[in-house]
Amino acid sequence: MQSKLARWAGSVLGLVLILASIWLITAVFRSGHTWVALTFTVILAGSIWLLASPRLYPWRYLYPGVFAALVFVVFPALYTVSIGFTNYSSTNLLTFDRATQYFLDQTYSAGGDALDMAIYPAGNDARVFLTAADGHSWVSDAINLDKPTGKPVELKVAPATAAPAGEKIAIRGVIALQPALKELRISVPDHVSKYQISGFSKVSPSAPLFQQNADGSLKNLQTGDVLKPNIKTGFYETTAGEKVAPGFTVKVGLANFTQLFTSTQFRGPLLKIFVWTVSFAAGTVLLTFVVGFLLAVALSWESLKFRGIYRVALFLPYAVPGFISILIFRGLFNENFGEINYVLHSLFGIKPEWFSNPWLARAMLLIVNTWLGYPYIMLLVMGLIKSIPSDLYEASAIHGGGAWTNLSRITLPLIAKPIMPLLLASFAFNFNNFVLISLLTAGGPDFADSLTPAGSTDILVSYTYRIAFQDSGQNFGLAAAISTVIFVLVGALSLLNLKLTRVNAPDRK
Amino acid sequence: MAMVLDKSHTGRVFATHLALIVFIALSLFPFLMIVSISLRAGNFAAGGIIPDHISLEHWKLALGFSYIDQFGHQVDPPFPVLHWLWNSCKVALMTAVVVLTLSTTCAYAFARLKFVGRKFGLNALFLMQMFPSVLSLIAIYAIFDQIGNYAPWLGIDSHGSLVLAYAGGVALHIWTIKGYFETIPVEIEEAALVDGASHFQTFRLVLLPMAVPILIVVFLLSFIGAIIEYPVASVLLHQEQNLTLAVGSKLYLYTQNYLWGDFAAAAILSGLPITVLFLLSQKWMVNGLTSGGVKG
Repeated sequence: MQSKLARWAGSVLGLVLILASIWLITAVFRSGHTWVALTFTVILAGSIWLLASPRLYPWRYLYPGVFAALVFVVFPALYTVSIGFTNYSSTNLLTFDRATQYFLDQTYSAGGDALDMAIYPAGNDARVFLTAADGHSWVSDAINLDKPTGKPVELKVAPATAAPAGEKIAIRGVIALQPALKELRISVPDHVSKYQISGFSKVSPSAPLFQQNADGSLKNLQTGDVLKPNIKTGFYETTAGEKVAPGFTVKVGLANFTQLFTSTQFRGPLLKIFVWTVSFAAGTVLLTFVVGFLLAVALSWESLKFRGIYRVALFLPYAVPGFISILIFRGLFNENFGEINYVLHSLFGIKPEWFSNPWLARAMLLIVNTWLGYPYIMLLVMGLIKSIPSDLYEASAIHGGGAWTNLSRITLPLIAKPIMPLLLASFAFNFNNFVLISLLTAGGPDFADSLTPAGSTDILVSYTYRIAFQDSGQNFGLAAAISTVIFVLVGALSLLNLKLTRVNAPDRK
Repeated sequence: MAMVLDKSHTGRVFATHLALIVFIALSLFPFLMIVSISLRAGNFAAGGIIPDHISLEHWKLALGFSYIDQFGHQVDPPFPVLHWLWNSCKVALMTAVVVLTLSTTCAYAFARLKFVGRKFGLNALFLMQMFPSVLSLIAIYAIFDQIGNYAPWLGIDSHGSLVLAYAGGVALHIWTIKGYFETIPVEIEEAALVDGASHFQTFRLVLLPMAVPILIVVFLLSFIGAIIEYPVASVLLHQEQNLTLAVGSKLYLYTQNYLWGDFAAAAILSGLPITVLFLLSQKWMVNGLTSGGVKG
């Protein structure tokens, strides 16, 4: 009975999902993205086939998870790589079709008699009321003018005998509505040209500014100039070779990569950032290992009392969420108001400039990251030390070996092999430790002589992030190219790690 | 370990104790400081660890109340901390549910069913979890920008987009659950199959109840993972009302608007539940990961 109900509910859920997908596909299709809609249809059909075929039974369980991983991990990674070969950026944001459409949507006042315009409120919306010099008047339906839609809006007006009810919106209100009003293309009965706003209280007949020629170029009807699309630069260009915004996204081949590796303006900061990234990751691994290892050895010493309490206290930095402790450090290290400089000043009379001196900023990052990371290494080493047979130490004691001999001849060599892959994973993690850099220094202090925003504590990922999301140019293509390079590096590290883990596998068990 | 202890032994034990205590004092300094700062008046004043007089103004602001300062002006909370905490919990809860569902079913197939590409799939998942999502941020942004054109509740600046983006990170969890499933003897399910149960019934009624500890662990891990995630959330969320705690907290410490005291109170307020959860889950994790599926 229960399973019958479950099966019935399952079928209903499936049907709802299928109907929802079909609705989505039609919505995509209606908005003109035929290829996207087609791809979705293929995916939907494939999904139904996968889930219904008895031969592919395991896929009923695999499908959702694998699908999510493919769509949100693998696809973004591949997509990032492909963006690396384009000029996608805030100046070349649109597709070619959208950019062309943008030009074709442009209009200019073609002369002719202007009509007086007044805006009347209609609830939350507004009505446009037009009057000609000869006394004819027209009124539109209520239309929402609060937000511009980003594309031309067709508006029809019907003949009217009197102004709509209510007080007309004052000029100040009309100014506020300008962005939406500018998008209106008003068709007036018996008039061939469409009307468009030409002042705060006027509309004039307008005509399309551009006309598309057979070869794809655009003719400016007002000036007679011809714009030709240049698929190398991603811009329409005038006959004089001037670029006209908005640009469109085009494939630029290896240009981003060539720029990265050959242009001195990029190579300089990139090289510095790369060196710092490697030293940051290596330094962190080294420091956390030394601190964590020493603590673990101390806590494994049986003559020591209160080890349980020490362990909990030492573990605490690991338990607090990173974004909170990193921000706490950002405040504590503050040059003027921070508690660390307050203490240093009262004890030694110094106020180090943690955030404006590149070397101090780097030192601060290493200190904070060691603080964040040592508990993890400590726990790992403590576990590994436990697995070392104690008779080794007893034998050493009989032969008169001291603490140093034990450490260097027994403990270190025995944990070196199993901890190597874990240290490598920690290196890979810190190589991409975006959260720490972004929340603590945000890459600063910045280089003074760099074209792209880059700072002395930027690691490769934070540099990429700044190029993509913070720079005023928002150069997605270049950022994706850097991402691709890091992908390759991380991939190589992962493979190495996989190999090391495999090599160690027989030792572990 | 019975050993002859020489004279220097006591000295060394003492030195180790001293070193550990000094180290612990240093490493707990930030926490003590932040508590003290949250109880001081004003956002800039530096003072001793124990404040001269305790002021609760930052705590009032963090909890969403206004207060009247010494000049008689009303000070309003600078940011909706509790709202951000709620956003974080909402996103994390949804993420945990989605991730748990997706990874459990996948892990079942990988652990129990035979199909072509099983081994390849497992290796691919292993490599996949090594790639940080920070590197794909541009693509993730572009994808959700596109999705938003058709379904705004899954586009940029929506919590749905965040859940979907996090749901992709199931690879590690699939491995974890699969490992646990494999500690459960397959004979129990085979017995159920012989008795006429379907595959799905053995999965739901036989296997899942025995795997509850690991399911809780994965639930907690993905919950915490989503709460503390920063990069993807910082790219996908924009409006102040929509931010999660990890993205919002940063706003307190802008150089032009440096609300150090307010941040301290907000950080403790929001960090405490998460920290407790983290500590608890560590315990659960050890139990869940080490105890096999069958009580012996």
